[in-house]
Amino acid sequence: MLVTRDTQALSNSPIFKFYSFPLTKWNSVLVLLLLLFSIPLAVVLGSVFFPEKEIWSHLADTVLTDYIINSLVLFVGVGFFSLILGVIPAWLVTMYRFPMSRYLEWALLLPMAMPAYIIAYSYTGMLDVAGSLQTSLREITGWQYRDYWFPEIRSLGGAITMLSLVLYPYIYLLARAAFIEQSVCVLEVSRTLGCNAIDAFRRVALPLARPAIMVGLSLVVMETLADYGTVQYFGVSVFTTGIFRTWFGLGNSLAAAQLSALLLVFVAVFLYLEKRSRRQARFHHTSNRYSSLMQQQLNKGSGLFALISCATPILLGFIIPLLFLINLALDTYSEVLGKDFYLLVFNSLLLAFVTAILALLIALFMAYSNRNSASSINRFMVRFVSMGYAIPGTVIAIGVLIPFAWFDNTLDAFLTEHFNISSGLLISGTVATLIFAYLVRFLAVSINTVEAGLLKIKPTMDEVAKTTGMSPISIIKRIHIPMMRGSLLTALLLVFIDVLKELPATLILRPFNFNTLAVRTYELANEERLADAAVPALAIVLAGVIPVIMISNSISRSRAGHE
Amino acid sequence: MKKLFILFLILFQQQLNAAEVSIYSARKEALIKPLLDQFTKETGIEVNLVTGKADTLLKRLEVEGKNTPADILLTVDVARLVRAKEKGLFQVIDSDVLERTIPEHYRDSGKQWFGLSLRSRVIVYAPDRVKEEELSSYQNLADNKWKNRICIRSSSNVYNQSLVAAMIANDGVEKTETWATALVKNFARTPKGGDRDQIKAVAAGVCDVAIVNNYYLAGMLESSQKNEVAAANKIKLFWPNQYGRGTHINISGAGILKPAKHKKEAIQLLEYLVSDKSQQWYADTNHEYSINPNIESNSILKSWGKFKADNLNLNLLGKYNTEAVLLMDRAGWK
Repeated sequence: MLVTRDTQALSNSPIFKFYSFPLTKWNSVLVLLLLLFSIPLAVVLGSVFFPEKEIWSHLADTVLTDYIINSLVLFVGVGFFSLILGVIPAWLVTMYRFPMSRYLEWALLLPMAMPAYIIAYSYTGMLDVAGSLQTSLREITGWQYRDYWFPEIRSLGGAITMLSLVLYPYIYLLARAAFIEQSVCVLEVSRTLGCNAIDAFRRVALPLARPAIMVGLSLVVMETLADYGTVQYFGVSVFTTGIFRTWFGLGNSLAAAQLSALLLVFVAVFLYLEKRSRRQARFHHTSNRYSSLMQQQLNKGSGLFALISCATPILLGFIIPLLFLINLALDTYSEVLGKDFYLLVFNSLLLAFVTAILALLIALFMAYSNRNSASSINRFMVRFVSMGYAIPGTVIAIGVLIPFAWFDNTLDAFLTEHFNISSGLLISGTVATLIFAYLVRFLAVSINTVEAGLLKIKPTMDEVAKTTGMSPISIIKRIHIPMMRGSLLTALLLVFIDVLKELPATLILRPFNFNTLAVRTYELANEERLADAAVPALAIVLAGVIPVIMISNSISRSRAGHE
Repeated sequence: MKKLFILFLILFQQQLNAAEVSIYSARKEALIKPLLDQFTKETGIEVNLVTGKADTLLKRLEVEGKNTPADILLTVDVARLVRAKEKGLFQVIDSDVLERTIPEHYRDSGKQWFGLSLRSRVIVYAPDRVKEEELSSYQNLADNKWKNRICIRSSSNVYNQSLVAAMIANDGVEKTETWATALVKNFARTPKGGDRDQIKAVAAGVCDVAIVNNYYLAGMLESSQKNEVAAANKIKLFWPNQYGRGTHINISGAGILKPAKHKKEAIQLLEYLVSDKSQQWYADTNHEYSINPNIESNSILKSWGKFKADNLNLNLLGKYNTEAVLLMDRAGWK
């Protein structure tokens, strides 16, 4: 059958069983790690025990309804459009051949390199009432502002569009990987059973790919709920803007943390419903008899349709804003490029690289422990830690700042008292703190991707390998790593790109005299100096494009039987 | 083992003796760094800088407590200075230079914070649709003849919060709330974007008047972007409340933190920032008004003429900040 229900079968499965001592040792390391990464979220959640009645009744009377409704609309809207933009092209480029399909295959990932706030700035520069398009329109036609209708880019609808355009690649990425990995035999059988192409997609391929697509979707909606830059610039009141306002405007960080806690509940409910709707079924392909996928050549009409549906998101989500930025950068690059600028590039790349490696290692460790342990507490905690992705970077940063500074100050007080040595702030305000915050925020990405990869490896494979006398190490080396290579690389590169784009936590936690491309872009764009911001913005995008292409290549090669 | 540990700690020690000073700055790097570099060049004192949003910097200072590496907090709005003072983050500074140069109402009477530059919140208008005589004061913009004609940025913005706080201080909560509610009804669109956006919106015909900080307009007039210059040339500046208390003024400023490990250098830096040369830089590069009345303004600023400034006690802007935000929430000001 297509689906095996083996909820608990994993628990008595292999590998670590052989070594009962390492198991407990590793398990305690796992618990420690999980606790460490839970601290910032716990700080946020802990705020609910200190009720701020006055502020809450004010919020409820005035703005809270706005926050909730707008957040919900944004959440549903971005989720819906990202699904459409992600799943359909993924299916088309996997199953069919049509003009340019080879290029579209990887180009569909490109918008991922575009930070949401940058695409928002770019489209505003073009489409806003004072933007180039409408200004020329008025000049050519002689119309006044009130003489014509033009969609308002800075609106809830605009925010949904912007976020969908840069977030759909998460779904595309995972959906495509899932489609590629599907056994052709399954699809062929479905055809012999009378399914037409659409039925095969809807009734066989889609359900099989669903876990992967859902992982993509949850990343998309979490990123949406955590977004601040876009919604703030567009003047849309949602939870994140509310958190900032309560905190900055009202100076009440406690109530702000409580709003974040409410946001966490939002996300938890979504994740729970999603999990439940899959009814604990684990989807494994039961046949590994892959024959190479015969891509069907589309006729001219359908080919054109396919081309348009795949090219549109790339054009809107990448090429047009890129051209806009290049155009601006041409005016300013000579003043911006210099030693100072290369240092920014170096800082950004180094942070992204180190964080990506650490996130991958931690995710691997967690995923394996989870796979081989029946402990539901561990599983719950891994889920909990993954929720960091939905928390705005600023809130995470504060969640990191408070306990770290407390640790530093306590240590300092202790040492001063007993040894008369002042240690000052040991870890606060260092790059290590910053990387820790990135990990809290982005572990979800690597955990989800690695787990999805590990899920492909059926426990029975391990057992078969064991009967042939393979050691656990060589099982990992000869079966797991080759099968998961694509997922591992994807996890690595996704975090890399995310860190490259990250802004709020960097802004708060970075040490003295330390800047990144994202910080520089923000500072200039925030001063409404978009032209000056264009060069660092382009650098972020270009630095992200290379890993994006690497991800795509690794997926294409990940098909079983492909060398 | 223990020795190794102590050695490790010593290595991590901040070198207290080096001539340096460390700043947490809410002012963006591009708008302060050149001045700091000049300071280092002239005095040999290294300056460490972290920029960020004022409130997150405040939070960082609060949790870092007495071990904070920062010596100075620099902000672009007085409300945050007052907030820092209320949280007990600043120390009292005795400096003849600062007291001599900075007029009394632009520094804290308790000697905890000092203004470094001035900005005024002005009205800009489209001369083809608005006659100058129609304008008079902020209060007047609540009149329903301005329905659908006003642009202003979000109430999350601290300049708006300080403007409303000033009105609360001058007119009281009730009157100000009536004003804000009526003003919101006159908005041409939901508040979005920054002050330059409002200026562009007036130029594009979305609205006829906007409330913005003066240096944004000057910055646009001197911009390298042709569209910005074109937009700025289409509109005019009006000094509100000239027959009343005067135009609303805010300051960028700084204070020295209680745990400062480089107090001497910090005072030296603040004194440097109010020196004639630095103040001229503020005026020329950032298009702000100098804190020192004797410094000449930038030519664009000069072309706008002299104006009467509201000399309200700036501590009140901090005092009424939260009240202002709550009030704007109630008025439906997004």
